[in-house]
Amino acid sequence: MIVEAGHYALVLALALAVAQAVVPLWGLRRGDPALMATAAPTAIAQFALVAISFIALSWAHVASDFSLTNVIENSHSAKPLIYKISGVWGNHEGSMLLWVLILVVFGAMVAAFSRAMPDDLRAATLAVQAWISGAFILFILMTSNPFARVFPAPIEGRDLNPVLQDIGLAIHPPLLYFGYVGFSITFSFAAGALICGRIDAAWARFVRPWTLLAWMFLTLGIAMGSYWAYYTLGWGGFWFWDPVENASLMPWLAGTALLHSATVMEKRDALKVWTIFLAILAFSLSLLGTFLVRSGVLTSVHSFASDPQRGVFILMILVFFIGGSLALFAWRAPELKPGGIFAPVSREGSLVLNNLLLTASCATVFVGTLYPLALEAFTAEKISVGAPFFNLTFGPVFLPILLLMPAAQLLAWKRGDLLGAAQRLTFAAAAGFVVALVLGAIHGGPVLSIVGVMIAAYLVVGSFVEVFGRIFTRAISVSTAWSRAVGLPRSAWGAAFAHAGVGVSLFGLAATGWGVEEVLSLRAGDVVKAGPYEVAVMSTQTLPGPNYRATVARTLVRSNGAVVATLDPARRFYPTRQMTTTEAGIVTLGLGQIYVSLSGENADGSLDGRVYWKPFVSLIWMGALIMAFGGLLSLSDRRLRIGVARRARGVAAQPAE
Amino acid sequence: MTRKGRRLTLIASALGVLGVAAALMAFAFRDNIVFFYGPSELAEKAPAPGARLRIGGLVKEGSVKRVGDRNISFVVTDTKKDVSVAYAGQLPDLFREGQGVVAEGVLVGPGQFRADSVLAKHDETYMPRDVADALKKQGVWNENKPQPAGDKK
Repeated sequence: MIVEAGHYALVLALALAVAQAVVPLWGLRRGDPALMATAAPTAIAQFALVAISFIALSWAHVASDFSLTNVIENSHSAKPLIYKISGVWGNHEGSMLLWVLILVVFGAMVAAFSRAMPDDLRAATLAVQAWISGAFILFILMTSNPFARVFPAPIEGRDLNPVLQDIGLAIHPPLLYFGYVGFSITFSFAAGALICGRIDAAWARFVRPWTLLAWMFLTLGIAMGSYWAYYTLGWGGFWFWDPVENASLMPWLAGTALLHSATVMEKRDALKVWTIFLAILAFSLSLLGTFLVRSGVLTSVHSFASDPQRGVFILMILVFFIGGSLALFAWRAPELKPGGIFAPVSREGSLVLNNLLLTASCATVFVGTLYPLALEAFTAEKISVGAPFFNLTFGPVFLPILLLMPAAQLLAWKRGDLLGAAQRLTFAAAAGFVVALVLGAIHGGPVLSIVGVMIAAYLVVGSFVEVFGRIFTRAISVSTAWSRAVGLPRSAWGAAFAHAGVGVSLFGLAATGWGVEEVLSLRAGDVVKAGPYEVAVMSTQTLPGPNYRATVARTLVRSNGAVVATLDPARRFYPTRQMTTTEAGIVTLGLGQIYVSLSGENADGSLDGRVYWKPFVSLIWMGALIMAFGGLLSLSDRRLRIGVARRARGVAAQPAE
Repeated sequence: MTRKGRRLTLIASALGVLGVAAALMAFAFRDNIVFFYGPSELAEKAPAPGARLRIGGLVKEGSVKRVGDRNISFVVTDTKKDVSVAYAGQLPDLFREGQGVVAEGVLVGPGQFRADSVLAKHDETYMPRDVADALKKQGVWNENKPQPAGDKK
């Protein structure tokens, strides 16, 4: 009954989406405020219906209702509760329902919090959002119904793919989807602005918090996915340039560019056409990612059961939204008047360069990801494009971004002083040199690592030069400095932290060159040296788990003879799926990690294993957390807070240029 | 600088950045692409020894031999043609005789391959026969439905 209610709610949500997609636009055309005003309540009702649907599916999973195909294929009565819940989106149908849920959450949030927006823009934005949610609900109902029943129901399910039975599944997809789907709202804003002809600084102010929100979640989602791959695959790697990873990196790069160009549009009324284009691009790349991951054109751990029909449907959605929005863009964008002018060396100029480099690096990822697919489709020739390609293309294009980032913050709007900015960065550059010298002396090793940490340290210090320059103008007292620091706009602090976060991640990436890797057969009593630590295997044994059997190697990590950690790396065998997973034993010591994973059992009873010492590796993900924290600071800035901007109403109410 | 001059600077720098990116990609594509062949395709195309390739197929039943501590040899087959693979390293969790496998490495001679990484393909919806039969009886299990295969990274 609950399941049928969920299915019915989803059908109702589709009907509401159609109404929300049509009525407000019709109202806009007729200039009827009553019709336009229907957009907000329908968006909220649509959210409520999809939420009911999602809760119904979750209930079926938690209660192990094996009359549902979806539950049979992805659940087992003995599965721990946390995985019963996360298993809801650990499959194709459920993950699409989560996608739609987040789509309508964003629609409802715009309806609830953007009351200060002009009515026509809000109506058009919500209508476009309903087009997207309608298309995806239709996709679910037509090709991927999670509520399909089976009669008679089997007694037991087939269990969730063991690789997915991990806390990562509870965190990574929701975060990533919030990011991916978050760009739907900036897309809707862009399309709405094109429909209404309201593309001005006020629009940029409305859209910026949403971009920031999506960007933060996408940053966290990618970082979490990377950490999950790192600890679950047992290879010690965290980024593989896998097409699925690239699919999430592309919207991130476009979204980062959008975040910066929207600033120029808001502050200087310039780059309007470009900002709108980026808003369309970011979501188009999100859609492309969904297509790549969900259509089955790629085989990876992320592709669930593939069905050609689904691929074609998503491709149609892709073509409709990307083609439609670009057509709208081509039709409306030429009506825009160019805005404020600026010298090439200025804050605007630096942000333009940032955008150029970000989109060019995005293009290298795009080509590297799609070229093999295109080649296979047209010539049946199968190739793979791996890390060497991306290191050679993405690396050099991204490098100038890292070098110029701190300098760009120091340039003034309209006309900047490059020499002055460079002088103010002397200290940061010196800090980079010192760090590189010290770490180079300690670790020696690859030049790339030394250069990497030098740039990273320069970046971290350089990111704060601007805010510190605003706090410490002359010799001032501590209390004045403190009150100035607090008085600075939060967005200034946010930018500093986000940029420093990039430096912190880079530091972790660069330090991978100093890592130690030992591949060997392990027996009880073995001692392995890994960097400054010793890893001792105490015992190996087989232990039962709730729905698996585990081979565990009890391992001690010692430093100068003292035990600092106990690790239990394991291999788990899941009988229901006849699959084995690797559970690495990881401990963070300082900023580095000792990582022990088992990869096989030998006939003589020894275990094949890998022991790694990875100095500074935790910084890779800490950097992402710092970036997201910077985003949060910016989001809390009064000027950008969602729903504030009331003071801007006077500006917004003026007709667009 | 005039408005026109500024616009030209902008366009020139845009073209410059894109040009550099395109040149890098063209350069990287020349040396960093790895072709993928099945055993029959490999025999037919006969690339020169020394070429970096990925080969894929099934691990032939009874062909896996361990020499010494970590030297492994096995045969990749598509039931028509075979390629013998030498590999030094650890095999992935899902490597099994009769199952799919992808090996990346260098061709050393006709039908002779030296792998430096081995990925096992696995069937995500693999299940024990009795469960499969039970589901078949209930009409859930569709024989014709394309079965997914995923690379384990």
